[in-house]
Amino acid sequence: MAVSDNDIINIARDWKNNGRKVAIATVIQTWGSAPRGVGSKLLIDDLGNFEGSVSGGCVEGAVIGEAADLFKTGKPKILEYGVSNEMAWEVGLACGGTIKVYLAELD
Amino acid sequence: MKKKTLDEIISKQVERKSLAHIINTENGDEFIFANGKKTDYPELDKEIIDCIRFDRSKLVQIDNKSFFIDVYNPPLKLLIIGAVHIAQHLINFANNLNFDCILIDPREGFANKERFADVEIYNNWPDEVLPEIVIDERTAVVTLTHDPKIDDVALDYVLDKSCFYIGSLGSKKTHNARVERLSKKHSGKKLAEIHGPIGLDIGARSPAEIALSIVSEMISKLRL
Repeated sequence: MAVSDNDIINIARDWKNNGRKVAIATVIQTWGSAPRGVGSKLLIDDLGNFEGSVSGGCVEGAVIGEAADLFKTGKPKILEYGVSNEMAWEVGLACGGTIKVYLAELD
Repeated sequence: MKKKTLDEIISKQVERKSLAHIINTENGDEFIFANGKKTDYPELDKEIIDCIRFDRSKLVQIDNKSFFIDVYNPPLKLLIIGAVHIAQHLINFANNLNFDCILIDPREGFANKERFADVEIYNNWPDEVLPEIVIDERTAVVTLTHDPKIDDVALDYVLDKSCFYIGSLGSKKTHNARVERLSKKHSGKKLAEIHGPIGLDIGARSPAEIALSIVSEMISKLRL
């Protein structure tokens, strides 16, 4: 079954109860046409598993990478992603929007 | 987020209580705002109350601080009266949309676990069971039997509640007759809230397509 935002918090609790490290990425602001609304969530664990989304799949990879750092430092951070850069390896939103994501560990 | 905070959010969801999770995005401080609790900033209180009412999360700047207001409203609920073919598809769609679904039909041949595996079933007349169910502004009601003995009883009860959507299956003629019967107890304004014929007009033919038109209309009522 598809995962909706109400389920996300239940999954977060299950993962945490199973002893995994859990990071929660939340869209806190959007400009222009962003695929997921404010409040949308992506969960990441310390093995790189993830559920939910903060975009249409464009920046999830980057957020998952940031979560690995977060598990080392424990420090919440704000990530911002904008329009795709011409450089193919640059992370960006093809839709032309910009999103701000708050990433913090569930502790 | 603290695990304790997450547990509190989940327990409030189960109790069908609205709340907001507030995060200071600069230092990670967080707290839960519920039941008319106050913060140190009246301006923030007002923003939070608006966010909960409009079911929208939001980042706000107050007193040179950034607060993220994350709204958790209770899960959406769908009451279906009539365990007919359309109901099977409607429940599939609604489950995917994360509605808590409840199916009511006194006819055990229609409403049973064999035909409906993924839903809470009540083999009762609507007036027997509806008073036991919380029906609020996060609740949609759909009647599908066409049978006035079952549908009218349910409509009569839910018209006095604050459901965000009420829809009834049936042609224009059936619906007009239904409105006529219910007008003995309900105002024309109230009765105009019933969506009938039910669903967005997408030219639906099959039971699954009709179910799709119904959930589409429900969501449009919720979001537009």
